[in-house]
Amino acid sequence: MAESHQNDHQDNLAAVRALLPRVDPPGDVAADVRTWLGRMCSAAVTALPATGVAVSLMTDTGVLAVAMASDKLTDSLGTLQFTLGEGPCVDAFHEHRPVLVPDLGTVAPTRWPGYTAAALASGVHAVFSFPLQVGAARLGALDVYGSEAGELSAAATGLALAFADVTVEALLDAQGAVSDAANPGGLDGVVDGHYVVYQAQGMTMVDLGVSLVDALARLRAHAYSADRSLLDVARDVVEGRLRLEPDSG
Amino acid sequence: MATVAPARLAEVFVEVADTLVDDFDVIEFLEMITTRTSELVSVPAVGLLLDDGRGRLQFMAASDEETRLLELFQIQHNEGPCLDAFTLGTQVVNADLAHAESRWPTFAPRATASGFRSVHALPLRLRSTVIGALNLFGTDAGSLEPGDVKIVQALADVATIGLLQEKAIRNGEMLTEQLQHALNSRVVIEQAKGALARTHGIGVDAAFELLRTYARNHNRKLVDLARVVVTDPHTLPGLMR
Repeated sequence: MAESHQNDHQDNLAAVRALLPRVDPPGDVAADVRTWLGRMCSAAVTALPATGVAVSLMTDTGVLAVAMASDKLTDSLGTLQFTLGEGPCVDAFHEHRPVLVPDLGTVAPTRWPGYTAAALASGVHAVFSFPLQVGAARLGALDVYGSEAGELSAAATGLALAFADVTVEALLDAQGAVSDAANPGGLDGVVDGHYVVYQAQGMTMVDLGVSLVDALARLRAHAYSADRSLLDVARDVVEGRLRLEPDSG
Repeated sequence: MATVAPARLAEVFVEVADTLVDDFDVIEFLEMITTRTSELVSVPAVGLLLDDGRGRLQFMAASDEETRLLELFQIQHNEGPCLDAFTLGTQVVNADLAHAESRWPTFAPRATASGFRSVHALPLRLRSTVIGALNLFGTDAGSLEPGDVKIVQALADVATIGLLQEKAIRNGEMLTEQLQHALNSRVVIEQAKGALARTHGIGVDAAFELLRTYARNHNRKLVDLARVVVTDPHTLPGLMR
């Protein structure tokens, strides 16, 4: 009997979470995030058909920079993109969508002239870049490199999306300085398809006068500290029962 | 249900073709498909769901709010005609909700309680890949005629073509890129609805109308405008205070 091989994102998320430590404030959150990202890159290299994984984040000055990479070559290829201002990661970030290149050898020479030549010369033949984003809230991008040309299977794409989702959550929680230990279910992802969460995010942005990223971090922090699910908190916000205060939560 | 008047059908396809010419707005396009499908075959509620690449469907567009809730209900309970059309890649036509409890034990009673009596779902497909489904909810038990089904499937196919804007989607990579982009656009709209609702002290549905009207009056794409609402509100003094 044929088994369904349909990708189960909850299983993927659980598997990815099981591989990774927690960002666990109070403590040095910045150092914790670096440790977390390092572990994530190593875990992703092992779990995915990849030879390198990097995370690039938007800095305070609004430019992208490599925050962590699984190895030196991946780090330098990531940095090269931002130096040249071209490459799959740059496009993924600015176009708000994944940029998946199974064979750099077939990319039009005009697309990323400097980057493509350098990557191929370094023995990288496939690059898959996934934006780290929730709607218009953008944090950076996750890059997956392969030394051989070849497509990511649907299962590998699903797993890469799970790594991106979990990375977004970790970054948000570090920003909101949330202890993951207080998270009861752990499955109430930011990317769970509950549109009420995104509406609440827009509302909280206005209520607090903060960025969209900060708004979601604050909502998650509030949910954790109140020991409630993000969805329940979002419903309260949208239905007018809850309004976060600038100095609360 | 009446088979479609050819003149009206021609108008709709001209409208669709007009939309597809330019750099168009994917959300507005999908909302137009659901609304026109509803009008053309006289089925009061139409919704559209897309594969999110994570093994689930996500809501993308609906002809009205009640349909939106029903679509979300199917996703939440992982059960219903849209999921069947998506998973099996086949059409669900003229399913009678009064006799559907064994097939959809949670969905059928919920849809019946909302006043619907029949349901149809058609896959959005690109060759052998199913990328989502179009869902129709009827308030009478009357059936879609074979001619109507063909027209609705044609609209579903047009929705697929519009979504996958690249002229030749040659591989899974391009499919993933386009779908993820469309899905994220929907999230941006919801964020902007929230921000507008709070700024003006109105409900999220009224906020959506406000966003849509402003986009039309200022000749801007809905998603682009929504993105500015939540990332750079100060540049929109007329809309965001």
